[in-house]
Amino acid sequence: MFTSQVLFFGFGWLFFMRQLFKDYEVRQYVVQVVFSVTFAFSCTMFELIIFEILGALSSSSRYFHWKLNLYVILLVLIFVVPFYIGYFVVSNIRLLHRQRLLFACMVWFTFMYFFWKLGDPFPILSPKHGILSIEQLISRVGVIGVTLMALLSGFGAVNCPYTYMSYFLRNVTDSDILALERRLLQTMDMIVSKKKRIAMTRRQMYQRGEDQNKQTGFWGMIKSVTSTQTGSENLSLIQQEVDALEELSRQLFLETVDLQATKERIEYSKTFQGKYFNFLGYFFSIYCVWKIFMVKFWSQHISFILVGIIIVTSIRGLLITLTKFFYAISSSKSSNVIVLVLAQIMGMYFVSSVLLMRMSMPLEYRSIVTEVLGELQFNFYHRWFDVIFLVSALSSILFLYLAHKQAPEKHMTL
Amino acid sequence: MASLDRVKVLVLGDSGVGKSSLVHLLCQNQVLGNPSWTVGCSVDVRVQDYKEGTPEEKTYYIELWDVGGSVGSASSVKSTRAVFYNSVNGIILVHDLTNKKSSQNLYRWSLEALNKDSSPTGVIVSNGDYDREQFAENPVPLLLIGTKFDQIPENKRNEVLTRTGFLSEDFNAEEINLDCTNPRYLAAGTSNAVKLSRFFDKVIEKRYFTRDPSQMTAFTDRKRFNFKSLHYD
Repeated sequence: MFTSQVLFFGFGWLFFMRQLFKDYEVRQYVVQVVFSVTFAFSCTMFELIIFEILGALSSSSRYFHWKLNLYVILLVLIFVVPFYIGYFVVSNIRLLHRQRLLFACMVWFTFMYFFWKLGDPFPILSPKHGILSIEQLISRVGVIGVTLMALLSGFGAVNCPYTYMSYFLRNVTDSDILALERRLLQTMDMIVSKKKRIAMTRRQMYQRGEDQNKQTGFWGMIKSVTSTQTGSENLSLIQQEVDALEELSRQLFLETVDLQATKERIEYSKTFQGKYFNFLGYFFSIYCVWKIFMVKFWSQHISFILVGIIIVTSIRGLLITLTKFFYAISSSKSSNVIVLVLAQIMGMYFVSSVLLMRMSMPLEYRSIVTEVLGELQFNFYHRWFDVIFLVSALSSILFLYLAHKQAPEKHMTL
Repeated sequence: MASLDRVKVLVLGDSGVGKSSLVHLLCQNQVLGNPSWTVGCSVDVRVQDYKEGTPEEKTYYIELWDVGGSVGSASSVKSTRAVFYNSVNGIILVHDLTNKKSSQNLYRWSLEALNKDSSPTGVIVSNGDYDREQFAENPVPLLLIGTKFDQIPENKRNEVLTRTGFLSEDFNAEEINLDCTNPRYLAAGTSNAVKLSRFFDKVIEKRYFTRDPSQMTAFTDRKRFNFKSLHYD
């Protein structure tokens, strides 16, 4: 049991080093340790569910491990990670650098306050429990995590078929890309020539300014004022043109990247791996449509196998999405904060997966989950998940439809 | 402006090392107040007096092309970036002195820019290995600039300078270490300013005065030994 935890820890460590922090120097090892610990305990929870089904290990030892795991994860998610997030954010702000610890504690207390307030509008607890019980904490973590999961699943359910199914891929040819690239280079040339004019004009003004400082007398002063005036008016005009052209060049660049990515996706779809994913895409889109319409038809066991597949693909998908997100927004200053935020999201995501999985598990295995997690209102979570999932899926459909409509029109103007 | 008259210098390096601040400092002689992410490529123009102080003094406009992104970008971004690498006359490699990885990535950056084959959609053809011999006879002049020098504590300075010394040997390039928010480093008369002028003069010379075709062979023709530099970890 503990060996597998060490294994997961090692895997999280490696993932961190190889993928996330490939381009950055690791100076604060705390971040890496926290990330790996969160990952390790999250994966252990899944492992425990599988052991539950298979009946491995004795029932009491399973119970013990569940409790231990739960305590550790809650400790990490509610105390350790938010505190470090606050600490690193505060360290980045130069003004507060001296009293880092103090401000970090303040941030943490604010977080705890909002975290507690979160529980009030939701009917998640029976009034029997005290303030500092496990149920209070889990319920709140569960709400946040479930919302997150539902949003991501809703979007993923719609996006996955859209991305992989060749039906939706627009036809992009090499000449389209070449034409866009040519336009991009032409725009850059125009920017360059305008900037050369600005530099030339500025230099002339500077040199004339020096000459004119030597000119004395009434007429000399008048002449100097008028010539610099027209000079600077010209400059600001050209500068505005340059700004507009630079904006255009950025848009052209992004469009070209988009076209290249589509072209690569088309090529990928022709390979064997691509065809396999295409098939999977159809399969999952059918499953997702089924979920959207909530047909309670098939037996629990088939849905449990699907749950197993979903666990594996969702872990993989989550890690990939986190990596992409991380590359897109991080810089050497904020990388620590972002990794910790990702660790927090990952932890909450996994905890709520366990909560929700109860729904898909056959009846006989639900007992231990119910026993360990106490008397939470599970039905609330299921309904909440379904509602958010529906909202997210529908808005994603709308969003993707609009984006798809717009794109062909843009390229018609080439 | 005919394309025959241009002098084009690329400014390459990882995100966040300070390329945009550097380019602004070199072209406007002012510190950039609000740096933001560079999307795609931003160009600026520097007025350079070639052979200043001599009777052959002539003014040239050098284009500094600041290409944004990271070496780990998606291949679609890399292919699009490759259009900017056409007909380059000089390269400035920028790295962050507080971040070792950015220095190591410079090898990959230089390979990306120099190994570009001139095929239509910018497909990069190389075996990806660093070959020291190639840099020794490279026709394109290189300059190495390390930024955020002020953020290195006094006791670590020697260590950092040794490391960058190895780097400049590997690239067969001059090196300048500065802080982009302080124009004092490039003030007239400092050794940094002299190195900078020398670099730009070399670029202009290679562009206009030495049109020896045998020197213009591309990297892809030279696949001799794979001499991996042992200096860095």
